Amino acid sequence: MNIHEYQAKELFKEFGVAIPAGCVAKSANEFDAAVASLGGDVIVVKSQIHAGGRGKGVFADGFQGGVKLVKRDEAPSIAAKMLGNTLITKQTGPAGKTVGAILFTEANDIQKEYYLSILMDRASGKVAIVASLAGGMDIEKVAEETPDQILTMLIDPDIGLQSFQVRKLGFFLGFGAKELMKQWTSIIKGLYRLFWEKDCSMVEVNPLILTVSGKIMALDAKVSFDDNALFRHPEIEALRDLHEEDPKETEAGKYGLNYIALDGNIACMVNGAGLAMSTMDIIKFFGGNPANFLDVGGGANEEAITQAFNILLKDKNVKGILVNIFGGIMRCDVIAAGVIAAVKNVGLTLPLVVRLEGTNVEKGRQMLADSGIKLTTADSLADAAEKIVKIVAAENK
Amino acid sequence: MSVLVNKDTRVVVSGITGNTGAFHTRQCLEYGTNIVAGVTPGKGGQIFDEKVPVFNTIAESVSKEGANACVIYVPPPFAADSIMEAIDAQVPLIICITEGIPVKDMAIVKSRLMQKGCKSRLIGPNCPGIITPGECKIGIMPGYIHKPGTVGVVSRSGTLTYEAVWQLTCLGYGQSTVIGIGGDPINGTSHLDAVKMFNDDPQTEAIVMIGEIGGNGEQIAAEWLKENCKKPTAAFIAGRTAPKGRRMGHAGAIVSGKSGGAEDKINALKSAGIAVAETPSVIGETLLKHWGKI
Repeated sequence: MNIHEYQAKELFKEFGVAIPAGCVAKSANEFDAAVASLGGDVIVVKSQIHAGGRGKGVFADGFQGGVKLVKRDEAPSIAAKMLGNTLITKQTGPAGKTVGAILFTEANDIQKEYYLSILMDRASGKVAIVASLAGGMDIEKVAEETPDQILTMLIDPDIGLQSFQVRKLGFFLGFGAKELMKQWTSIIKGLYRLFWEKDCSMVEVNPLILTVSGKIMALDAKVSFDDNALFRHPEIEALRDLHEEDPKETEAGKYGLNYIALDGNIACMVNGAGLAMSTMDIIKFFGGNPANFLDVGGGANEEAITQAFNILLKDKNVKGILVNIFGGIMRCDVIAAGVIAAVKNVGLTLPLVVRLEGTNVEKGRQMLADSGIKLTTADSLADAAEKIVKIVAAENK
Repeated sequence: MSVLVNKDTRVVVSGITGNTGAFHTRQCLEYGTNIVAGVTPGKGGQIFDEKVPVFNTIAESVSKEGANACVIYVPPPFAADSIMEAIDAQVPLIICITEGIPVKDMAIVKSRLMQKGCKSRLIGPNCPGIITPGECKIGIMPGYIHKPGTVGVVSRSGTLTYEAVWQLTCLGYGQSTVIGIGGDPINGTSHLDAVKMFNDDPQTEAIVMIGEIGGNGEQIAAEWLKENCKKPTAAFIAGRTAPKGRRMGHAGAIVSGKSGGAEDKINALKSAGIAVAETPSVIGETLLKHWGKI
């Protein structure tokens, strides 16, 4: 789960990590008060969306830049152009994202920028802290071109971040002076504690800055959380912004379905994540384009299958549906009953190809054949994919 | 011979009285798995289905029934604790089926598994389990799709593994052992661990390795296979069409930045001399061609 920059910065504050003074506003009538609460002649106006590349982004109406440095008396009018507008960045895709909040912050004179992130290193099973002298840049590009600018440190989850590790990272970043090391220590220890205590999957600060007056602070903040651990963090769950999520994905989650929208026109419904991904791959292999990833899980019943059809059909690009079930624990006759009920309830008119394999497959196939509903059956995964791709291509001619 | 489990494996089921645990225990008993005990704290002294004694702790099941493999169906908030309990009881093989364990909990479990003197191997979590066809089925896979044979299968997925196994069985080739290592980012047994075991197992003549986007476990195994293994190996990698940065069902199936993409994995496997199936429907066929059987 992702959160907004302003929410991440509130967490930073809670964990003692220095940030520029700032104030968030969710409606235009809050703008003046928000700006008034800040000092300085120049104010940074930041659109709040769950995507990077905001500074270089363009709004749907042509207004340039989702992050702007402006004179304080101009800040409310600039913010008014951003709020409610749709910001398109290289990470949002062409549809862009609607700006629902504006973060105003004080501007700082920057002496130097750094990069800092904390994440789980899957290979070692340890926590990794990645620090770079090249701040404000794409970390992957830095890793490729100038790896000596990066120091990665693995933290043993059993004992946590040690002081010698804090010092080693601090000296690498050039925070050797006593006063700087003191600031650095409280920042990195605070961030590590946030990462660990709140079950984060990533904490990223890009850039971390050193101001001309000698203060280290987090200019930006990006925090994401382990979905599996949300059950023990209701306070984090409360930060969820449903406007940032595809409503179809949210709806699917309610029924224990795992759905991800894609941009093709062949919807698929599969049991198991690996098989669901493979089904998307094989649709593409035969020249089609998958409209989604959908894993109905191992325990899907008739109701879940009906809901799954409903969600698939909400995507107006969908021109055909492929159902691919390898019944293990899930019996094929149960799936067949679900498909038949769903097609009748939903009033499906789109082409449907069904491939069933596994437990009680004969019974399932017979039920589909006897149901009188219009569908194409397939003997194998390849056969199914080829059929749906052909049918959809023929209908779209 | 086979890998890790056989007809002599003595299984204890952690979470035997829960819905999932009870259902799959019955399925495994029916398959012929030697389930010697169950564990549900507070229900010690009961007898499950008039067959299997239930204990309060895993340690008791080891001392009283000689359990040497522990399968865990405990819900996600408590599953890591159950793995820790099995490690503490020095159970040599722990299989955790549970999906949805917090990554942080698994990081702590992993550090215990890596500790010097740890006697346990963990398979999973978030996996279908392990089966040596005809001898021992531990987990949620449908037994009948398997058949005894000489192909070792290792996979991060559930139903995709069934797909591959079913293809092999239909083509007339059985399996020595099938290991589901699970779809989580931090797990107990890696692709590398599994292929090393298959390489050492005299019954295993060929290997199928099924992977997906995220991490680089497949590449590490491929490098090792290239240098150390003469057994023909085929592979399939799921997620060529998966969008970057999205978690595709499995917590570990995510392409982050430049790492974990399907094409990189496929290229690494091919350059290690592994035959990579173009589509999931030709995994069996790809192995047999590479093996010189068709």
